[in-house]
This record gives sequence, C-alpha cells and structure tokens, in this order.
Amino acid sequence: MEVRVQNIRKEFGRFPALEDVSLDIRSGELIALLGPSGSGKTTLLRLVAGLESPTEGMIFFGEQDASRKSVQERNIGFVFQHYALFRHMTVLDNVSFGLKVRPSNRRPPAAEIRRRALDLIDLVQLSGLEKRYPGQLSGGQRQRVALARAMAVEPNVLLLDEPFGALDAQVRKELRKWLREIHDRTGHTTIFVTHDQEEALELADRVVVMSKGAIEQVGTPDEIYDHPVSPFVYGFIGQSNCLNVTLANGEIWFEDRPIGLRAANEPDGTATLYFRPHDIELIDGCGGCLAGLVTASRRVAGTRHLELDLGRAHPSVEIELPPERATSTDHTRVAFRPTKWKLFRKEEKRGAAQQRVETPAAELARTGT
Amino acid sequence: MASRSSTRWRFRQPSVIPGFGLALGVTLAWLTLIVLIPISGLIWRSSGLGWSKFIELTLDPRTVNALTISFGTAFIAAVVNLFFGVILAWALVRYRFPGKRVIDAMVDLPFALPTAVAGIALTALYAPNGWIGSLLEPLGIKIAFTPAGIVVALIFVGLPFVVRTVQPIMEEIDKEVEEAAATLGANRFQTISRVLLPGLLPAGLTGFALAFARGVGEYGSVIFIAGNLPYVSEIAPLLIIIRLEEFNYAAATAIASVMLLLSFFMLLVINMIQAWSRGRYGYGS
Repeated sequence: MEVRVQNIRKEFGRFPALEDVSLDIRSGELIALLGPSGSGKTTLLRLVAGLESPTEGMIFFGEQDASRKSVQERNIGFVFQHYALFRHMTVLDNVSFGLKVRPSNRRPPAAEIRRRALDLIDLVQLSGLEKRYPGQLSGGQRQRVALARAMAVEPNVLLLDEPFGALDAQVRKELRKWLREIHDRTGHTTIFVTHDQEEALELADRVVVMSKGAIEQVGTPDEIYDHPVSPFVYGFIGQSNCLNVTLANGEIWFEDRPIGLRAANEPDGTATLYFRPHDIELIDGCGGCLAGLVTASRRVAGTRHLELDLGRAHPSVEIELPPERATSTDHTRVAFRPTKWKLFRKEEKRGAAQQRVETPAAELARTGT
Repeated sequence: MASRSSTRWRFRQPSVIPGFGLALGVTLAWLTLIVLIPISGLIWRSSGLGWSKFIELTLDPRTVNALTISFGTAFIAAVVNLFFGVILAWALVRYRFPGKRVIDAMVDLPFALPTAVAGIALTALYAPNGWIGSLLEPLGIKIAFTPAGIVVALIFVGLPFVVRTVQPIMEEIDKEVEEAAATLGANRFQTISRVLLPGLLPAGLTGFALAFARGVGEYGSVIFIAGNLPYVSEIAPLLIIIRLEEFNYAAATAIASVMLLLSFFMLLVINMIQAWSRGRYGYGS
C-alpha cells in the first residue's frame, strides 16, 4: 500500500523532533530512513505506525487518511530493535497473537490461524522451534520471530525500527540479505530505520537521508551516493574530503593557484569543494592540481589509503589508490586532481531574514565530471 | 544434602567472590538456630501425644472450625489483596501524580503499625456504631465481630506484601511489549489480560503466598475485630492461646502442628507453581 506523509511536524514538549516533513512511499517499496541519532527517523516511523501523534500534518495509507486512526486500526506490522516478544508465549503463540486478538467476526478459525502461523515460521526459517519460548532463542532468531509476528496480520505497511541494531555483525549481514529475499517474495511495503549507511544502501530501493528533523535527500542508493545534494549528505554517506576553495572567473583556486577544475557558471567567491577519496586521478608534473605530502598510508583490503597534508591551514585529505600505483613511503609529494566533485557555496550569515531569501546551497551546486 | 562430602564439590562454582563454604555455613547455622530448633521442639512435643490422641485433638470440632476460619479468611484476604495490590502497584509504577511518594510510603504502614492498634482502629470503624459500620448496618451488613471482620483485618496486614513484590517486576515491563501488542491490533483489555498479567504471574503468586502466610499467622489485629465466638469467628492462633491458658499444652501443640503442616504444604505448592512459571517464561535467565 502507498504511504503518503504530508507536511508532518512533531514536537516533544517544546522541542521540535520533525519539521515539515513530506514523503511519498510507493507500494511494495523497501525504503530506508537513514540518519544520525536525533535526526528524527524513529519519530517519523512511529508517526506512521500511530505510536505517536503528529503535532501537525497528515498521513495517508493509499487514499485513506490514517492520521486520526489508532494504532490498532492502522493494521501495520512493527518490528522493534529489542524484539519486544511476549516472553510467556511460545514462538507459535507469539506469531499467531495478532490473529487471535481480532474480533470474532474478522478472526479466522483456529486451525487456519495455526496454519498461517506455521507457514510464517517456515518462511522465517524457524520450523521446528515453534514450541520454544523467546528466552530459549538467540538474538537473530528472536528478531525473525518478531518479523513473522508482524507479518502475520497482513499489514498495510511493515515498519522496522533498527531491526538489526542489537545483533552482532555476522548475524546482521546474514539477516540483511535474508530480509531482502523475504521482501522480494512477499512484496510488503516496508519502511526501516537505520543509522548504518551500509545497511541502507545495500538493502533499500530508496534511501531517505535525514538530519535534524528534516529530510535532506530522497533517492536510490546510487543517486544518494553519486549525487548528494547537500554537504550533510556528502559527509554522512561514504567517505569524503572537503576543502575551502575560491572561485575566480569560473576557475577553482586552492590557496594561490588554480587546480585545473572549471565551474563555468558560478559567481566568484568562496566555496567548499567535496570529493570522494576514490574519485581522483594522479598527475605527473603539476600544471594545475592539488598536491600534498603523504603523512600516513594504510592498506585496506584491495586499495591503499593515503593521507595527504595539503598545508597547515587545511584538514588532511584522504585518497584511495590501487596498491601498485601508490608509493607507501612517507613524505613523498603526490599530485592529483578530483575526477568527480561538487561545490557547495556557504550561506552567508547576515541575519535570519536575509538568509531565507538566498538561494539554497543545494541549487547552486554543480557536479563536474 | 549439602553437607554430604561426596556431592559437595558440585555446588562450588568458580566465582569472583569466594566464600561458598562460609555463606552456606552461616545460612544453615542461622536457620537451625532461628527456625528449625523452635519448630522441631513443637513437633517433638506433639509427637509425644501419640497418633490416636493427636488425631482426636485435631478433629475436635472447635479446632476444625478454628482452622477452617483461619485458612479460609486468610485465603480470601490474599485473593482480595492480589487483585487490589496489583492495581495499586500499577498506579504507583505507571502514573505521576501529586502525593505519589506519600501514597507509596503509606503502603508500608501495615508493616510498621502494631497490629493491635490496627485491630482496634478497624473495630472502631466497622463496629455497628462506627463510621463505616453505622452506614452498613441499615443494609443488614455486619463486618465487625463476624468472619468478614477477620478478612478486613487480614487485608490490612497483607496489602504491602503484594504491592512490594509486584512493583519491581512491573517497573521492568518493557513499554515496547505493550506497543507491540497494540500494533498487532490488541485492544487495551487484551493487552492487559494476555500480555501484561501473565508476565506478572510469578511475582503476583509470591505476593499472594506471603500475604496468605501472614494472614494465617496473624493474631494481634484479628482478636479485636473478630468477636472471637467459638465455631463462628474464632481463629486457630487464638484457640492455641486459649488452650495454653487452660494448661492444655497437648491440644495447643496439636493445633500448632496442623497449622504448620498445612502452611508448609500450601507454601510449597505455591513455590512450585512459581518455579514452573519462572522457568517457562525465562525469568532470571
């Protein structure tokens, strides 16, 4: 089912947790809410679930306005970070709970409930464990029970709040793959919250990057990674370097020299240059480049990471090279130029009133190739 | 068992805090001194009676009546306490309201108050000319000087046991579990009856057992409100005292032994139910 979040605002006391958030979720989509803690992602999820009520704004399930409906009426499946299983019930009772509590006119017969619960237990690969109690299961198994329990009510939308947050790395990776398979098989519209970008990029059809109670960017994992629209997204997703540069006649200058990159339609002034460590080319003989001394070098799996010192006034920059091309000795001079980069203009701080009139930084940004 | 040297090593678990031997030694010595010696004295005394005499004494109608009243009223009072104690604990754990600390402290008052004081106060209230008694009298309800009065007194002394055993478990209940039940479509009543209460069962039973045991042994508050009519509102502890005053030590020890056996048996059963539900729900694991 489609889920539409419209101009939602949520305040806890006087503290705003979400500010004017709108989001369209397509039917059958697996979408990730990604952001640092305190970005409002869990609040947004709980608002969709009906576990919180919005201060302002509306939520639609399909064409229906769900904003005034109670949690029970929304028919959603919710999976909690710490499982929240009923520990006095067996796995089977946990999974069939949602069907058993239905009013008698909508409740399937007992045999049907049992059959559906067993099917789901089978789907989450826990066949044979249906008589166990949650206390007798491992963390990964408990979370699979929680997922089966949430899916048993045939929810309009499946909501997962950091579902793998309490599990160790190995189990986490396994479950991630497995969740994707389950989603492809069952096709539930699914929203999940995570602070782990790897998880979001690997698992989701689309990723919603959130920061400070607002949505920064919505897009496919490729769009988010290759075309971040704000400095926050650039910095939050993947590795990145940023340098303070100046623009003069469409040329980008670093300190006192041009670095061989052009941004033709940009007005003169200061800006910040963002690029990823692996989007660079090495240059022999520097006629317009960035150059620095190697201060540290690390081998990480298939690449070598070099840390470069570009001058005392600047933060050090990290680049990634194939191991055979990298010199590992310290204090070598390395000249390079970003192949993919982006400029963000700083919003000048003259006063709150004027700031709003200015064009947002995102629209000024240009991507070079 | 623990003193058998062949099995003893198995009780020893490596631990950062040593002292198993010392702890168990102190435990056994203390229990022997404080609990076992007095109780075995009692059993030794009554065993001197011989079986036929013992059975004759315990099957005396007045004794049977007193025992029935003691255990019956204690059971009813414990059930009432279980019900209202859980509600009281719920209010104290879940809500914030002015005077909460005061009410929380008031729950412990029956622990501290001399039971005779409680008995006299309750009698004054529930007697036909008391505040509450005078309201109930036109309705034909008599509380003081009937078994109902005993129940009232036992509810008073047993209340803190249920509240204090259930409260900490309630505080531990994860709010997410309730939210999970709600997302699955359970209404409030279903969430409480199917999710919350079963989780409180072991703690509730503990509180029930304590309140019940306290009620069976209660003397001070009951004798004031009960009226102490033989066969009607005479409790077993009072009968023991009466027999003692008649220098009828045999009858007194016989009644005491029966009370002891019955209490021990009931507490054992309750403890077993608790152990079973604990193991099942994974508490303490």
